[in-house]
Amino acid sequence: MSLTIDKLQQLKLLSQQSQLDSDLVRDQIVSEIYKKSATIADKVILKKPHKKLDLDTKLDDILTSRIFGYPIMLLLLGLVLWITVTGANYPSQLLAKIFFGGQEQLTVLFQYLNAPDWLHGILVLGVYRGLAWVVSVMLPPMAIFFPLFTFLEDLGYLPRVAFNLDRFFRKAGTHGKQALTMSMGFGCNAAGVIACRIIDSPREKLIAILTNNFVPCNGRFPTLITIAAIFFGAAAGAIYSTYIASLVVVGIVLVGIAVTLLTSYALSKTLLRGVPSTFTLELPPYRKPQVMRVFIRSVYDRTIFVLKRAIVIAAPAGAITWLMANIQINGSSIIEILAGFLQPFGLALGLDGYIILAFILGLPANEIVLPILIMSYLSQGSMLELDSLAALKNLLVANGWTWLTALNLLLFSLLHFPCATTMLTIKKETGSLKWTALAFIIPTAIAILVTFTIAQMARLFGLL
Amino acid sequence: MSSEQQLPLSALTVGNKGKVMLLLAEGALRRRLLDLGVVADSVIEVIRVSPAGDPTAYLIRGSLIGLRKKEAHAIIVNPIQ
Amino acid sequence: MENNNNHHAFIHKSYSSPKNNERDIVIALAGNPNTGKSTIFNSLTGLNQHTGNWPGKTVTNSKGYYQYYGSNFTLVDLPGTYSLLANSQDEQIARDFICFGKPAVTVVVTDGTNLERNLNLALQVLEITNNAVLCVNLLDEAERKGISILLDKLSTELGIPVVGTVARKGQGLEKLKEAIWQLATKKISTSPIKIKYSQEIEEMIKMMTPQLEHLLGEQLAVRWVALRLLEGDETIFNSIEQYHLAKQQLLEGAVALCH
Repeated sequence: MSLTIDKLQQLKLLSQQSQLDSDLVRDQIVSEIYKKSATIADKVILKKPHKKLDLDTKLDDILTSRIFGYPIMLLLLGLVLWITVTGANYPSQLLAKIFFGGQEQLTVLFQYLNAPDWLHGILVLGVYRGLAWVVSVMLPPMAIFFPLFTFLEDLGYLPRVAFNLDRFFRKAGTHGKQALTMSMGFGCNAAGVIACRIIDSPREKLIAILTNNFVPCNGRFPTLITIAAIFFGAAAGAIYSTYIASLVVVGIVLVGIAVTLLTSYALSKTLLRGVPSTFTLELPPYRKPQVMRVFIRSVYDRTIFVLKRAIVIAAPAGAITWLMANIQINGSSIIEILAGFLQPFGLALGLDGYIILAFILGLPANEIVLPILIMSYLSQGSMLELDSLAALKNLLVANGWTWLTALNLLLFSLLHFPCATTMLTIKKETGSLKWTALAFIIPTAIAILVTFTIAQMARLFGLL
Repeated sequence: MSSEQQLPLSALTVGNKGKVMLLLAEGALRRRLLDLGVVADSVIEVIRVSPAGDPTAYLIRGSLIGLRKKEAHAIIVNPIQ
Repeated sequence: MENNNNHHAFIHKSYSSPKNNERDIVIALAGNPNTGKSTIFNSLTGLNQHTGNWPGKTVTNSKGYYQYYGSNFTLVDLPGTYSLLANSQDEQIARDFICFGKPAVTVVVTDGTNLERNLNLALQVLEITNNAVLCVNLLDEAERKGISILLDKLSTELGIPVVGTVARKGQGLEKLKEAIWQLATKKISTSPIKIKYSQEIEEMIKMMTPQLEHLLGEQLAVRWVALRLLEGDETIFNSIEQYHLAKQQLLEGAVALCH
């Protein structure tokens, strides 16, 4: 028969009868076990002088050195991001082409079946398009970023990053391991949130989860790069435009990191007050990563993830967006009505109603924000992309965009609420509605505050 | 005699070793340190310091473990050659 | 943390009924973080679970299946832990499963390059259960570092089967499956080493044993529980309660289904 509550009580009483100091007993137990381990180990291990340790030591000498440690870290991060963005370009375009071709086939099919327009609209222009967008935008960068990241992880390098950065994170009230969860966030914030499991202290884990969204994920990079290229790169003239655009994006990333540290600090002093936890992190020996295995499994995992997300979240989002763009009330589409409603709020933030609406509709997935915006501006019935950056710029300018709009859009994109997938992940990881709600509120509040302040200051100083 | 000298681990510099005499840490930190092998008579070697100045990496029972100054401060060792 | 109970329930739900069907043999996979344990798990079950060189990575619910000599095995991959003394949630999960989940065999995966520290966990496992197999992995790394291990001698010292592996290359896995199977089907038995503590502790254990035997009966290793009580482990009560509550619920559920 299983134990009853009564028996548990008796057990508790029994433990209280112990005459020995439990701490001392614990010490003794652990010591004895270690002594035994040592004795046995001595008997069964034969050791010859080893050379491998020297390689590990030499690597660490460089990777954690005062001179090279940080530059190498920044370089590696920049390299990973650059490879991701550049490498994903062609595959993304290719996928888009394939999907577009598929869409034409579907349209032909629908016409052949004499299907009603609205059905074609919802299923093909809404659902299919939404799916196509998410997959072609998200899949290639993720399939590149995560294998690269995993490669570094398997190598054993990542604990060194925590080791190098811990001091700064401790000053911000958290833990060096947060640097790693943030790095994961570059790939995908949902993955970054899951990565927070490596942080032992519940308090610090929560801080890392709540601030993870300040690191722009693969879904937001295309938006950031495009807007940066159009508005800031182009301004500098053809030769320098890519460099300027890159600098702007790097600047945004740095802002994200700064906001992360500041918010972490603020949280550690208010909502998530507490004592710093312990570091006690093991620095494992460097291991040769199994490149092919890592690559294949990573690509496989990411593909599944993106496809799942596309089906579950992007498809309905696409349908809803199409409906809102095509259902007319009194001659205006729902999008137009809502955008008008949000216009004053948008203007106060240096944006406009359409942009705010696009972000709201982009809650399911960050990568559809820009397509939704373009669609809205063009009063088109379905999401689309424009072929040239010049055309896009003209469209934006024609809708009242200035450098302020661009800047604030970049900042809002960086700082706003997490996407639906991330929020679901946060709910699952924290098990708490309260913290999930805060994970939504805190970034959004900061995004609003920052854009509002900048907009007002710009107008005040007549910089417009 | 140096055989009786007692120092916190945090006082040792890179390249030096110490034999664990006493663990001043309490609670969760104590248990964690015990589990990592910081028991009486264990020899700990100071391997390297983070470029930021903290934490420091120590070789404990064959593993490289990073400890913050505060944590290393709670480990009392007897320096050995 | 406020969701501790949620986590515990989730864990027990996952770990208390891992079998595909009742005749499956449940094997627990334990070990320090970073020992290639997950590689072994993947290799044995053909599953795709990530294996990172990153100490402290938690995987909450990994079950895999394989067949050997006609028997079905369910392999449960426990979180990598330095010890079972329940300092963190991971350690509690691992300990609770080995202790209450009653796997037929617990495989302790160790890092051949750092055996001494790894033996710590193995010895703790042996205090909970006699049905254990030691797997010394990363032997290629050990060789590279000039370390060689006398596996037979280690087996004699510990009193349990010891298998050497290079999981990355798939070496030693058949022998591992063999050892697991032999132990699970009781073709071999073990006489694991037991650690003796100081006189005071041993006396307290002796004093507590009769009452513990009365309270726990056959269910839990009496000596192990005594040690936990003496060292002031608060979590043991919670674990016993949770596990048996979950078991009750399962039983009640099963009974209800029959009506």
